[in-house]
Amino acid sequence: MTSGFPEIWDTRAFGRALDAAFNTIVANWGETLETVFMPVLRFIQGLEKGLQVLPWWVVVALFCFVTWGAGRRMVPVAVVAVLLMLLGLLGVWNEAMATVALMLAATILSVVIGLPIGIGMSRSDRMRRGMLPVLDIMQTMPIFVYLIPFVMLFGPGKIPALLATIVFAIPPVIRLTDLGIRQVDLEIVEASRAFGASPRQQLWTVQVPLAMPTIMAGINQTTMMALSMVVIASMIGAGGLGYQVLQGIQRLEVSKGLIAGLGIVLLAIIFDRIAQSYGRRVQANLHREGK
Amino acid sequence: MGLVKIRVEGVSKVFGRDPAGALAKVRSGMDKTRLKDETDHVLGLHDIDLSIRTGEIFVIMGLSGSGKSTLIRHFNRLIEPTGGRILFDGDDILAYDAARLQTFRRRKVAMVFQRFALLPHKTVIENVAYGLTLDGVAKPEAFRRAGEQIALVGLTGFETSYPAQLSGGMQQRVGLARALATDAEVLLMDEAFSALDPLIRHDMQMQLKELQGRLGKTIVFITHDLDEALLLGDHIAILKDGTLRQVGTGSEILAAPADDYVARFVRDVNRGRILLCGAFADAGLIAAADAPVIAADATLESTFAAFAGGAAALAVRDWDGRIAGALTPRRVMEALARI
Repeated sequence: MTSGFPEIWDTRAFGRALDAAFNTIVANWGETLETVFMPVLRFIQGLEKGLQVLPWWVVVALFCFVTWGAGRRMVPVAVVAVLLMLLGLLGVWNEAMATVALMLAATILSVVIGLPIGIGMSRSDRMRRGMLPVLDIMQTMPIFVYLIPFVMLFGPGKIPALLATIVFAIPPVIRLTDLGIRQVDLEIVEASRAFGASPRQQLWTVQVPLAMPTIMAGINQTTMMALSMVVIASMIGAGGLGYQVLQGIQRLEVSKGLIAGLGIVLLAIIFDRIAQSYGRRVQANLHREGK
Repeated sequence: MGLVKIRVEGVSKVFGRDPAGALAKVRSGMDKTRLKDETDHVLGLHDIDLSIRTGEIFVIMGLSGSGKSTLIRHFNRLIEPTGGRILFDGDDILAYDAARLQTFRRRKVAMVFQRFALLPHKTVIENVAYGLTLDGVAKPEAFRRAGEQIALVGLTGFETSYPAQLSGGMQQRVGLARALATDAEVLLMDEAFSALDPLIRHDMQMQLKELQGRLGKTIVFITHDLDEALLLGDHIAILKDGTLRQVGTGSEILAAPADDYVARFVRDVNRGRILLCGAFADAGLIAAADAPVIAADATLESTFAAFAGGAAALAVRDWDGRIAGALTPRRVMEALARI
């Protein structure tokens, strides 16, 4: 069957060339890349083991501590504690902790990579023009497409799952870092220049702190997107709650899928609460009123 | 009045894609309107020459769009000129590289902004210490010096407040303290009091004059308010459409406006408060021996009370103690009516 569209160039040959090129990369660089990502793998595994080995109440206490540190308010702390215990009651504690480990790693790496890119975009219009379409593509390309090269490079496992998650989840951090810094009051930036701030001092004493609420909104979105990736990532060996959902599909067990799905929802709420209460506190610091 | 602190020589600023090319066109005679229409470049400043002396308050005054905010930003190179030279203590600041410029901004010039431009996420004392911390001064020392400046502007007790918790007047005092804290020789004040309400504004003007008397800073003050200019300025430069129309003391400008624009500008001023007796004393007239004596640098307004008390003439005494002449009510009225 042909579509009748004139064949100006040979797509099959192009496809073959691309595959061959990629295969060469896999053959030559596969092992090196695996070694490079070994520490990351160790980190995720360590985090996962740690969260699973610690008694549940220690983990709950840890989360409460972090929530308090983020927002200095009691209500979110209580909400987080209750939701975590619900996770335990649902019987998916260990799976949830595996998911938390992968998600945290993905979020941390997204921030570590995304923040500098966002900062770079905010300072250079040319870089921004170049990056925006790339970010659009990253967000609209079906996620499964990323899985192929990553699985080829690393084989099924946590690392390709992590990398695919990062590619999918990183755009909001980058976009909102760029946006946040560009929205900072130019007079305040000018004041810092007038007092002799170097570009780096301008960035860290004025631009990043004042862009923080926006950057936090980006990090929050990134966390949510990372969480939404867990089911798909579990297809290539991420494990955790996503794998339970996957099993539910394979075995046609409604209960298994539903419980694991609920667990993902609970995790989403927990992380959203933490991020939001932090965001609110930062925001309040910037616009304090009254005495 | 001491030596020249800041010297501006032939500074021009053109905004647009090709400032240098546009400036060449201006130099060969193209005017501002044609430049805008034909080349889409904006002539911000044209051929400005100024000398600002050590220890004076130099006011640059003009309406919005006159280029005054652009000009003041040249003194610490927040804006780079398209042409001309700017000398600070005889040193060409345009030749400074990035590092030198940073040091210059940290130690030699400080700036106060119209809308305060405080760091909203930092407390009052952190804001005041900002310039010092940028310069690498250790925190205890920076806070100690910041504390002194906070006391100087009368904000003791508010060190740990955040800017948004303070009123406009208090915020601008923080702005002033921040500028004073680095111990810079020159303060650049960009419409520093324009956003304040009239009473607070007057307080701040008085406080600035008082501080200036004590600290002897060189202050470049931008304003669109002629009364403020006349009250504060030892010298006043009047700027319109990016060109200087007149530079002089307040009473020089009032007594002899350089052109129509300046004349119209100063028309509504309370001349009695600005013009000085010395300039109008009639040297050919000798006041009666028992006539009240008034200093040459007293304002005409200050003669009103004596005339109201029935004096026919006042003896005007120069700064060196000589009697320079006499003032009659008629002479004062003529000066006020500008005949």
